[in-house]
Amino acid sequence: MMEVCNCIEPQWPADELLMKYQYISDFFIAVAYFSIPLELIYFVKKSAVFPYRWVLVQFGAFIVLCGATHLINLWTFTTHSRTVALVMTTAKVLTAVVSCATALMLVHIIPDLLSVKTRELFLKNKAAELDREMGLIRTQEETGRHVRMLTHEIRSTLDRHTILKTTLVELGRTLALEECALWMPTRTGLELQLSYTLRQQHPVEYTVPIHLPVINQVFGTSRAVKISPNSPVARLRPVSGKYLLGEVVAVRVPLLHLSNFQINDWPELSTKRYALMVLMLPSDSARQWHVHEMELVEVVADQVAVALSHAAILEESMRARDLLMEQNVALDIARREAETAIRARNDFLAVMNHEMRTPMHAIIALSSLLQETELTPEQRLMVETVLKSSSLLATLMNDVLDLSRLEDGSLQLELGTFNLHTLFREVLSLIKPIAVVKKLPITLNLAPDLPEFVVGDEKRLMQIILNIVGNAVKFSKQGSISVTALVTKSDNRAPPDFFVVPTGSHFYLRVKVKDMGAGINPQDIPKLFTKFAQTQSLATRSSGGSGLGLAISKRFVNLMEGNIWIESDGVGKGCTAIFDVKLGISNESKQSGIPKVPANPQHANFAGLKVLVMDENGVSRMVTKGLLIHLGCEVTMVSSSEECLRVVSHEHKVVFMDVCTPGVENYQIALRIHEKFTKRHQRPLLVALTGNTDKSTKEKCMSFGLDGVLLKPVSLDNMRNVLSDLLEHRVLYEAM
Amino acid sequence: MELVQMQKSLQDYTKSLFLEGVLDSQFLQLQQLQDESNPDFVSQVVTLFFQDSDRILNDLSLSLDQQVVDFKKVDPHVHQLKGSSSSIGAQRVKNACVVFRTFCEQQNVEGCHRCLQQVKQEYYLVKNRLETLFKLEQQIVASGGVIPAMELGF
Repeated sequence: MMEVCNCIEPQWPADELLMKYQYISDFFIAVAYFSIPLELIYFVKKSAVFPYRWVLVQFGAFIVLCGATHLINLWTFTTHSRTVALVMTTAKVLTAVVSCATALMLVHIIPDLLSVKTRELFLKNKAAELDREMGLIRTQEETGRHVRMLTHEIRSTLDRHTILKTTLVELGRTLALEECALWMPTRTGLELQLSYTLRQQHPVEYTVPIHLPVINQVFGTSRAVKISPNSPVARLRPVSGKYLLGEVVAVRVPLLHLSNFQINDWPELSTKRYALMVLMLPSDSARQWHVHEMELVEVVADQVAVALSHAAILEESMRARDLLMEQNVALDIARREAETAIRARNDFLAVMNHEMRTPMHAIIALSSLLQETELTPEQRLMVETVLKSSSLLATLMNDVLDLSRLEDGSLQLELGTFNLHTLFREVLSLIKPIAVVKKLPITLNLAPDLPEFVVGDEKRLMQIILNIVGNAVKFSKQGSISVTALVTKSDNRAPPDFFVVPTGSHFYLRVKVKDMGAGINPQDIPKLFTKFAQTQSLATRSSGGSGLGLAISKRFVNLMEGNIWIESDGVGKGCTAIFDVKLGISNESKQSGIPKVPANPQHANFAGLKVLVMDENGVSRMVTKGLLIHLGCEVTMVSSSEECLRVVSHEHKVVFMDVCTPGVENYQIALRIHEKFTKRHQRPLLVALTGNTDKSTKEKCMSFGLDGVLLKPVSLDNMRNVLSDLLEHRVLYEAM
Repeated sequence: MELVQMQKSLQDYTKSLFLEGVLDSQFLQLQQLQDESNPDFVSQVVTLFFQDSDRILNDLSLSLDQQVVDFKKVDPHVHQLKGSSSSIGAQRVKNACVVFRTFCEQQNVEGCHRCLQQVKQEYYLVKNRLETLFKLEQQIVASGGVIPAMELGF
């Protein structure tokens, strides 16, 4: 009998093999379906970020359900109960739901996921770009650093060779060059000579004409220019079978002179000499010149130009300094030679002076003596001539000697007191005979305020006046001569570079000698005071004279801190000679100042000496006062310390204070007086009158600033001696 | 009296004063200070001395007669008197003052009294003698003479 079971029969008959395969496949599918979510969970858990968790759950559910479906399907291959069918159906339904939901959701998600992908791509591109840029910046920065370093290296030295060598070395290093060369223009400027290279130790003396087109091209721009590796400037080494020569860049280096530096613009093409720097990249490398590298080269070239100029300037100044040092040495030698010469001359003069004067004296003396004897008129004439000539010669010798001593500065004025008025009159009396003979009236005007007794060098002053007046007489054929002497204030007649400042006991004497004689051409005036120079006019030729007179007078006037000059309106119009000299005013009314006899202490006169007497005791006060009045002092009396302090003033030269009364109060006055008169010279001298003069009293007095101590009662002689000692020495501690 | 006589007696009198020690060389100093510009110097000083000393002696007597003697007041008086007397050369007065001062320091009332007596004695003596001296001088001057300068030959 067939059991009624609630089973479901499968749809088609079980074909064993096919069924078996289906069975196995279903099983594996289920396994796979189950394992996928596991994998998903595992990997998602591992990854930090997964934005679509919900999707994952959904998808997981979908997968699980699918897997469940397939799993349950395994049971449907054999007869299965209704429950299984039910479960199967449920599972299928659920799966359907979930998968539809998932499908619907995926519609939303997949575009998102795709866009993530594109964003990712975009970001990657951006990152790559930034990387590239950063690489560029870094390169630039490095370049900048290189430039700075290069510049620093180049500018840290002022030696031309070092600069250039360093440039090449550094450039070679920075840019990893194969070769680097510098071509300098030759002296002629028509060729470029290979001066420095990097790799070759001893560059061969290549020269290249300067007007090659490639060179012109490079010189024409301040930028670095790529040139062909085959150009003559780049062919430095014999090509030794390299496949590919590296690229070559050339840049001009201006050789600047000092005058070319302008702040704002580099000089353009005007005068310029340029050097050529050639840089070669290593051959067989695929390197190319980058823009920043070329910029670096340009900058370096500029820096090199500056550095070279500095080096040039330095060389100049060093040379100048060497020159100066040489000149210094030469001058020093010359100076020493001059000094030696002067010394030699002085020695010579000194010797000659003596040697010449001795015979001169003999001649003059004996001639004078001869003149006194009996002579025939002819003999007398001869003797007179001899005398005159030898006097002239003697004068000449003296003049020359004086002048040399004046120039050495070894002449010193002999100062003394003399009568100025008398001096003038003497001069006049000396000149008058000649003037009378030449019929030239001379007048003397002495200003009323002209001091009579003055201090100065009488002999030399007379020499000056004699010389000037003598000249006036000599060079005048007619007219009159006037001599004026006055005290000069600073009026503007004096030459502008000379200021007359009369100081206390000095004054400036001005003497004007005016004549109406030959006059002087104003152009010749400066020459007048030059030694040995004389105006060449015939009129003066015959007057003789050595031409030294004015020069000597000028020297003397200068020694007397004065000035001398000549004014003339022209030839034939006479001239005026004016000089100022500084003289001292003398108080003495005698010819020679008698020094003051030191005052006889016996008759020391304290006339009018103001003193102050402080004594509480009326009687002793009166006695002291009488003493001092007898000595001629003017006495003020006070009887107390307060009154003393009130009355005492800087007019009182001495204060006598009685310190007999016991106690220290009296001594306080001394301190108060010290306080009152802070300046030493204003303070009156303080003398204590005391009854005992033992050591302690003396010490006490000294400690309170008293200048002296007197024992009472004071005798007249004592007082007199004390006062004179005090006033002389301002201190006295011996009047006991 | 004749002028010469008067002058001689003046000199002798003065000499005796010195010999007795009533006056000392300070008085001579005072006399030296007297000249035409200051004819009455000595008498002025001496008169002042008399006035001062009279006053001081009075004060001293009063001070010492107190029940309790205040030596702080006494001493300055004595000191003053000593100074005055030494200024004009009243030697014995001065010496007496010195002794007086020692007793003052010792605060010996008895001794002070005795000293005061001594001082007064000496003072009146010198006052007397000086007044006589001045009278003699006036007599000489009235007779038309000149007061002879003192010789220091003793």
